[in-house]
Amino acid sequence: MRLLRIVPDNTRFDFMRFRRFSFPMSAMLSIAAILLYFYHGLNFGIDFVGGTLIEVQTRANPADLASMRATIGGLHLGEFQLQEFGAPNDVLIRVSEQPGGDQAQQAAVQKVRDALGSTVDYRRVEVVGPSVSTELLSYGTIGLLSAIIAILFYLWFRFEWQFALGAMIANVHDVVLTVGFMSLTRVDFDLTSIAALLTIVGYSLNDTVVIYDRIREMLRRYKRMSMPDLLNVSVNATLSRSIVTHVTVAMSLLALLLFGGQAIRSFTATMMFGVVLVGTYTSVFIASPILIYLGVGTGRMGGAEEPETPPAAPPTASQPPKTAAPAPRRVRARR
Amino acid sequence: MLFFTRWKAAAILITALVVCLFAVPNFFSEKTIARWPDWAQRHIVLGLDLQGGSSLLLEVDTNAVRKERLQSLDDDVLRVLRQARIPFTGRAIHGNGVDVHITRPTDVKTALDKLGTLSQLMSGIVGASGQRSVDISENGGTITLAPSDAAVTERIRQAVDQSIEIIQRRVNELGLVEPSIQREGIDRILVQVPGLQDPTRLKEILGKTAKLDFRMVDLSMTPQQAAETHPPPDSEILSGQNGEKYLIERRVLVSGGDLVDAQPGFDQRTSEPVVNFRFNSTGARKFAEATEQNVGKPFAIVLDNQVVSAPVIREPILGGQGQISGNFTVQQANDLAILLRAGALPAPLTIVEERTVGPGLGQDSIRAGEHAAYVGAALVVFFMFATYGLFGLFANIAVAVNVAMIFGVLSMLGATLTLPGIAGIVLTVGIAVDSNVLIYERIREEVRAGRTAINAIDAGFTRALATILDSNITTFIAAAVLFYAGSGPVRGFAVTLGVGILTSLFTAFTFTRLIVAYWVRVWRPRAVPI
Repeated sequence: MRLLRIVPDNTRFDFMRFRRFSFPMSAMLSIAAILLYFYHGLNFGIDFVGGTLIEVQTRANPADLASMRATIGGLHLGEFQLQEFGAPNDVLIRVSEQPGGDQAQQAAVQKVRDALGSTVDYRRVEVVGPSVSTELLSYGTIGLLSAIIAILFYLWFRFEWQFALGAMIANVHDVVLTVGFMSLTRVDFDLTSIAALLTIVGYSLNDTVVIYDRIREMLRRYKRMSMPDLLNVSVNATLSRSIVTHVTVAMSLLALLLFGGQAIRSFTATMMFGVVLVGTYTSVFIASPILIYLGVGTGRMGGAEEPETPPAAPPTASQPPKTAAPAPRRVRARR
Repeated sequence: MLFFTRWKAAAILITALVVCLFAVPNFFSEKTIARWPDWAQRHIVLGLDLQGGSSLLLEVDTNAVRKERLQSLDDDVLRVLRQARIPFTGRAIHGNGVDVHITRPTDVKTALDKLGTLSQLMSGIVGASGQRSVDISENGGTITLAPSDAAVTERIRQAVDQSIEIIQRRVNELGLVEPSIQREGIDRILVQVPGLQDPTRLKEILGKTAKLDFRMVDLSMTPQQAAETHPPPDSEILSGQNGEKYLIERRVLVSGGDLVDAQPGFDQRTSEPVVNFRFNSTGARKFAEATEQNVGKPFAIVLDNQVVSAPVIREPILGGQGQISGNFTVQQANDLAILLRAGALPAPLTIVEERTVGPGLGQDSIRAGEHAAYVGAALVVFFMFATYGLFGLFANIAVAVNVAMIFGVLSMLGATLTLPGIAGIVLTVGIAVDSNVLIYERIREEVRAGRTAINAIDAGFTRALATILDSNITTFIAAAVLFYAGSGPVRGFAVTLGVGILTSLFTAFTFTRLIVAYWVRVWRPRAVPI
């Protein structure tokens, strides 16, 4: 039986050459994401800003949104939104946080329940008061930051500090871009979004660590290979694995996205973006080449200038790392 | 790497089997499981988002606790100084303390001594550090007493404990099935009731403090006069159910704490719904005394600072039994009886978060989750087989074992499965195959490097396992943080993700290796079929 090979054997793609495009591009995208966050904002769900969310199924099919809007509008509860949710007779009602503390939120729900009466089935009612919402947001942020720091320490312990730093830069890059994605698409930002971000952090690192592991192995085995060459060999060697794994994870996520229901759609969409698009790109085009700038293997780069360096070292490797513009060349993997 | 002793192989298979077997109770109904031995009964609990139900997060009003503590300290100061016959002026509550000015400077030292008895050494852990319950300071004849932070914290802790007990009683009285009531943080209580669709009544029952007092009506002036001028210092104006005003003495004749029973019933003459109550012996004696002295005068039944009714005492009530009537509906009488039986909350509770899921949405979510899991698994199984052939099949077996083991471990933990939890499992399927992918890709590489088949397989496993460990630990750290920082459904996701990583490590390190080792021993392959 012929087996599927997505990546041909002995692929030698010069990934490191792209760092002159990938770094500026990532920097620009990151800045754009940060600007989006500040000027466009996130579509915070009630978990973080408080308020009421009611999902109802109307007896009438499809739901008469206009009359419902009029009914709820008559209650004078301030800002509210109605939106079809999954099915034509499923309606999501959001009422913004009421002034007057936690009790006022409860009163608002009761008003909506009384007004809609028995024309609807209540599928879900969520009320988050002001005291809880601020806490949830700060816990979420603390959770995200402490996860990144905990992982950083683990990597520092297992690798050298440059690797830990590189992984963290890649990681923050992933989180920033994903937040930008959430801002752009106006996906609900709620507790599950924090879960999604944390999973992206863990998963993107997983990928980075696999490549770093290989880089470390190569550093030990090939003492004289230039750093860009070595990184290229490492990325190429793990490329097939990266792609196969990402395809399987993407398949799982796709199944969740298509069949997992409306309740976790924003969660899976975020994961799809973060894990499949950003995570993969980052580990190859950011996390790996950044090691050059962080000074991993500078000894071997400079080593070519030392007189006793054997001529076996590639001639272009004699340039200092920052200005190195290695010409595309075949990587010689010696065993 | 490919050699297993018989014992080791047996241990691996038995571990996997036993863990998988723990998942079995999930396939049977609650009724069937109930007849099984205790250790076999543990199973996965569906979260409220899947089975439907209501979850309320209540916050104990800590300000009320502080205020009450301060009020009683104020009363104590008055009592102590009066007993010691020390003249004083300007006794008042200021901010977090009680200020009192001792009139004669010569009395200040005695006053400090006497008031010092109010400050006790805290018991328990806080006491060991020498903390006292009241901080006392003196400045130019003015003595300030303030409850210490430790005392207030301790009091809040007690208030939350008491509240949990009382909520437990109230919820049980409502006849709700399997409610779960637990403390959250310092001053919060989480009440979860599976299957409850409309928590309106529950919220009403929990929202009432149910502080019941029997007090005399002050007849020295009408409520209108009192409102226009000043009410007498020992009385206050309270309103009734329909907004009517009463002037009620502050002094409490008997309080709800002396009740031993309360039952809903009907008045024999008017047949309107009432609540019949019975006092304990102390309460009965106090009530008898009070009614004997006040025949012909009205007294008031005050519930949460609202006058329920103000009947006139026609004759002394000596039996310690009574009746509360107040234009109740049957349900109101019922609820009041429940509240009185369960007792008063030490402080008001506020609902700070509510999440209710109807059974329809829960069903839909389960169906959607199952659907996604099947489709996701099918896609992954097919893709792995297409990519790695026979070895892909091995990987698929390992993933199936893996999923069964996840359910086994979750059952052992009695974990709660939420919709994000299902997402975690589906995602784990994707991650679990990664271990196999890492191993197989490494084997492919070793083959390309010119090793013999068996050598390549052996080297592939050895080298890939270090990487698998590193990469999984990072994801596990993220899952652990998620578990500690997250709440509710997010926790469910963290649990399944974390457990999934552990089981996939187990299968990668032992199970897959065992299958491949067995295959190598039986077939003695010349070439690796991947």
